[in-house]
Amino acid sequence: MTATDNTNGANGHGLDAGPGGGAATALSPENAEMIKLTRKDFVSDQEVRWCPGCGDYSILAQTQKVMPDFGYPKENIVFISGIGCSGRLPYYMNTYGFHTIHGRAPTLATGLKAARPDLMVWVITGDGDALSIGGNHVLHSMRRNVDLKMIMFNNRIYGLTKGQASPTSEFGKRTKSTPVGTVDTPIVPLTIALAAEASFVARSVDTHTEHLQQTFNRAGFHKGSAFVEVLQNCNIFNDGAWRDFTDREVREDRMLVLEHGKPMIFGKDRDKGIRLRGLHPEVVTLGEDGVTEADLLVHDEQSEEPYLALMLSRMFWPDFPVPVGVLRAVPRPTHDQLIEDQLTAAVASGGEGDLEKALFSGETWTVE
Amino acid sequence: MTTETRPADHEIRDLERVTIRFAGDSGDGMQLTGTQFTRTAAVFGNDISTLPDFPAEIRAPAGSLPGVSGFQISFSSSDIHTPGDAPDVLVAMNPAALKTNVGDLPAGGALIVNSDAFTPQNLNKAAYASNPLTDGSLKPYTVFEIPISTLNERSLDGLDMTSKQKDLTKNFFALGIMFWLYERSMDPTLAWIDDKFGKRPVVAEANKRALKAGYAFGETTEIFHTHYRVAPARLGPGTYRNITGNEATALGFLAASKLAGRQLFYGSYPITPASDILHQLSGYKNFGIKTFQAEDEIAAIGAAIGASYGGAMGLTASSGPGIALKSEALGLAVMVELPLVVVDVQRAGPSTGMPTKTEQADLLQVLFGRNSDSPVPVVAPATPAECFTMAIEAWRIALKYVTPVVYLSDAFLATGAEPWRIPELSELPEIGVENWTDRATFQPYDRDPETLARKWAVPGTPGLEHRVGGLEKADITGNVSYDPDNHHRMQLLRQEKVARIANDIPDLEVHGPPSGDLLVLGWGSTYGAIRSAVERLQADGRSVAHAHLRHLNPFPRNLGEVLTSFRRVLVPEVNLGQLLMLIRARYLVDAVGYDKVRGKPFRIAEIEEEALRLLGESARS
Repeated sequence: MTATDNTNGANGHGLDAGPGGGAATALSPENAEMIKLTRKDFVSDQEVRWCPGCGDYSILAQTQKVMPDFGYPKENIVFISGIGCSGRLPYYMNTYGFHTIHGRAPTLATGLKAARPDLMVWVITGDGDALSIGGNHVLHSMRRNVDLKMIMFNNRIYGLTKGQASPTSEFGKRTKSTPVGTVDTPIVPLTIALAAEASFVARSVDTHTEHLQQTFNRAGFHKGSAFVEVLQNCNIFNDGAWRDFTDREVREDRMLVLEHGKPMIFGKDRDKGIRLRGLHPEVVTLGEDGVTEADLLVHDEQSEEPYLALMLSRMFWPDFPVPVGVLRAVPRPTHDQLIEDQLTAAVASGGEGDLEKALFSGETWTVE
Repeated sequence: MTTETRPADHEIRDLERVTIRFAGDSGDGMQLTGTQFTRTAAVFGNDISTLPDFPAEIRAPAGSLPGVSGFQISFSSSDIHTPGDAPDVLVAMNPAALKTNVGDLPAGGALIVNSDAFTPQNLNKAAYASNPLTDGSLKPYTVFEIPISTLNERSLDGLDMTSKQKDLTKNFFALGIMFWLYERSMDPTLAWIDDKFGKRPVVAEANKRALKAGYAFGETTEIFHTHYRVAPARLGPGTYRNITGNEATALGFLAASKLAGRQLFYGSYPITPASDILHQLSGYKNFGIKTFQAEDEIAAIGAAIGASYGGAMGLTASSGPGIALKSEALGLAVMVELPLVVVDVQRAGPSTGMPTKTEQADLLQVLFGRNSDSPVPVVAPATPAECFTMAIEAWRIALKYVTPVVYLSDAFLATGAEPWRIPELSELPEIGVENWTDRATFQPYDRDPETLARKWAVPGTPGLEHRVGGLEKADITGNVSYDPDNHHRMQLLRQEKVARIANDIPDLEVHGPPSGDLLVLGWGSTYGAIRSAVERLQADGRSVAHAHLRHLNPFPRNLGEVLTSFRRVLVPEVNLGQLLMLIRARYLVDAVGYDKVRGKPFRIAEIEEEALRLLGESARS
C-alpha cells in the first residue's frame, strides 16, 4: 500500500454517497516509516508574518517537526484555524488548510472529520478564539470526542486586536480595554477541557521545545479529541506572561512535569513533591517531616474519572508548581466512528438505501 | 352509539370542492385528525391542499383561546391551488375553538360542535358571556350540536381505561363523523391506528371504536339529512402520494445526493418549522446520509461547510432567527467558494416572532444580510410538491457553480400538503461536479471560463495542498491578498459568477396573455392564491396574467421584458414589499405591492379584489 493509494475522495469519485463514502481506511500512524517525510515537507511557500520574537514561531516549528511522526501523507492532513494570531498558522503549513472565522474552527473540523474520517484534522486556536467567542464549540467538540487535535495558544491577551483582556487574563489585569483592571475572573482552559469530557488534555510551553514536540506527538497519536494548551508569550502586548515559572533559571522549581505512573516530583534537586491532604494537594519536601516518595501522588493519566486531572488543572504558580505534560489520555469512541457505525448498522438492518423506494414510499395511488 | 337507531335515509349530493376546518384544544389531536382526513382524501384521488395552524405552545392551558389548534383541508374533484379561503364546515371541539374560528365561517356554513365541551367553565375560559349554543349568536350557520364526549365515552364501554384516557380519543369520533359525511373509507385510518398503537392493544381498540362509532353516528342519526361526495380529481396520469413541503424538501436532498454521487452531510439545530427536515433525513442512514444535531446554528453551518470542504454536500437548515446566526459563516462560504445549501423555512418575525406562523419576509435577509457585497444564489419553491424539484435545483447550482445557495421555503409550504406526482428516476436532472486532481493546471482560484466556478480540490488530493479562508484571496493563486485592485476584481468576479447563473435557468413563464393590463408577480408559497385569483379573473375575461419566480437571485433573464409587457404589475407578498423593492430598483418598473403579514397565507379573494382595484374596477359582488 502506498500513501496515495489510500486517499479516498481525492478525485471526487471516491465520495460515494453510500455508507462509509469518503471514509478510506485511515492510514495508521504506525505507517510513519513507510512515508518518509521531513519537517521541510510541511513548510509552505508563504512568508511567516508574526511579530519577531513571538512564541508562535516555536509552536509552528515544533508542529512542522512532529508531522512526519504520524505517517499521514501531507495531503491527508488538514489544519483548521479561527481568528487571532494563531489563525495564520495553516498558511504556513504545506498541508490542506482552512482559516475560518472567529471561534468556529471546531465546527468545521467536526463536519470535515464526520464526512472524511480518513483525514487527520488539527485545530489551531487561541485563548480568545477558543474560550471566549468559540467556547461553546470547544465544549461540544470535546464532549463528542471529535477526532481532532486542538492546539490552543494561550497568551492571556488579545494580540491581533492590539491588547485587550482575554478570558484567561488575570483578574485585575490592566489592558487597553480595562484601564483600571479587568473585573472578570479568568477561566482555566484545562479545567474547561476536562469538564467537557475531553479524552486527551495536555499542557506545554512555547519555549520548552522538546517538551512541546513530545506533547504534540502524544496529541497526534491520540484517537479522539485532544486539547493541548500551549503557554505562549506575546512579546508585544503581554510580554513575560508566564516568565515567573517558565524561565530557564526557575522552571524546574516552579513547574511540575507530569509522567504517567511516576510520583509527582519536581525541583532542581528533585526534592519536592505533591501530596494529597484531604481533598487538596500540598507541596512537600522529601526528607522533611518524614516525607518519602511513597507519600506522593502518582500521576495516572488513564484514570477513568478525571478527579486527579481536574485537581492538577487547578494547580498554578505561585501556590503550586505549574503542571505540564499529559493530564488525561483515555480511550473513548470517536464521533466519526460512531456516525459510521450507525450507517453501517442501518444498511445491515434495512439494506442499502433505494431512492426509487424512498420516493414511492407511504400511501400512493395511481392515475391511469 | 346504540344499535336501536335505524339507519336514516340520506340524500347524497355531489360537490366539486369542500373545505373543512378541524379546531380544538392543542391537546385534542386536531393535527392528527386533519392529517388522517388528508391521507384518506389523497389516496381516494382528490386534489388536496392543507393548512395546519397551530400554536407555538405545545400544551397551552386546556380550553384557553391561545391553546386552539386548527387544521384546514380543501379537497376537490378539480385542480386546486390553495387550502381554501374559508371553510365550508367547521368542527369545533370546544368554546375556545369556536370563538377563534367561527369568524372565518361564511353565513350558511356548517358548524359541528362538541356540545359536551360547552360547560360554564370552558365558556368562561373562552371569555363567552353567554352560551353561543343557546344565545342565538350562531343563527347564521347550520349548527349540528353533538355530545361527542358522551357518545364517544359510551362507545368505549368496557375498555380498561380511565375517563380521561377515553376522552383523548374523541377526535377519532369526530373524524368518523366527517368520514361518513363525505363518504370516505375508514380503512386507511384503521390501518394507521393498528400500525401506530399495535403495541398498546387497548389504545388501538379505543381509537378504532371511536372512529367507527362516529361513522355509525353519522349513518344512523337523523341530524344530517345529506351526505356528500367529492369525486376524484382528474389529475394527470402517474403515481401520486400526499406530501408536505418539508417531506418533499428532504426527499429532494436525498435525490440530489444520489444524482451527484456525493455524500450528503446535514448539520442542523432544532428550530420550528425546519426541524422535520432533520427528523426525516436522520432516517436515511442506509443511504449514507450523515446528520448532525449541532450545539447551535453556527456550529450547524460550520460543520456543513467543513463537510463540503471535504468534498461532501454540506447542507444546513433553519428559520429566520437561525439564519441570522449563520450569516457570518455563510459569508465565509461565499469567500472560500464551496458548494453549500442553506435552507430557510421562513416564519413570522422579527426576532422569535410567531414561530409556527408563516411569512416570506427573509428574502432581503438572505440576499443582503451579510457584511459587504456577498452574493448568494437564492431559489424558492412555490408549492409543497415543488419543494422536491427545487431542492435538487439548489444543489445543481451549488455544485456546478461551486457556491453556497439559499433555498427559501416557509411555514405554509413546510407543513402544508398536496398530492405529488412521483417522478421516475429517469425524469430527474443530471447534477454534479468533478473535483480537480491535475497538479499541472491547479490553482485554487483559477476559474472555469464559462461558469466562473473555481477549481475545487479536496483534501486527500496529492500535490494540490492549498489553503483557503476568510481573508481576501488573490485572483488565481488564492493566496492572501490586500492588493486594492485585486479586491475590486474579486468582488466583481464573485458577483459575476452568480449573475451568470441567469444563463442557466429557465425563462420566467407567464400564465395568461404575454402582455396586457395586469401582471401579478409572486414568489414562494403565494403561488396557489395568486394562480387561483388570476384564473378567476381570466375566466371573467380580464387581461390578467400570473408569473411566479422560483429564482430570486439571479432573476430569470426575461424578467424585465415580462414586467414591461403589462400596463400594471401587482406583487402580493407576505412581507412588507421585499420583492417589490428589488424589481422596482432593478427594472425601474412602477409595480405596486399588496402585503398582508397575518401569519397566514393569502386568501384568493383578497388578491382578486386587489387586482380588480388595480384594474380600476370595483370588486365583483
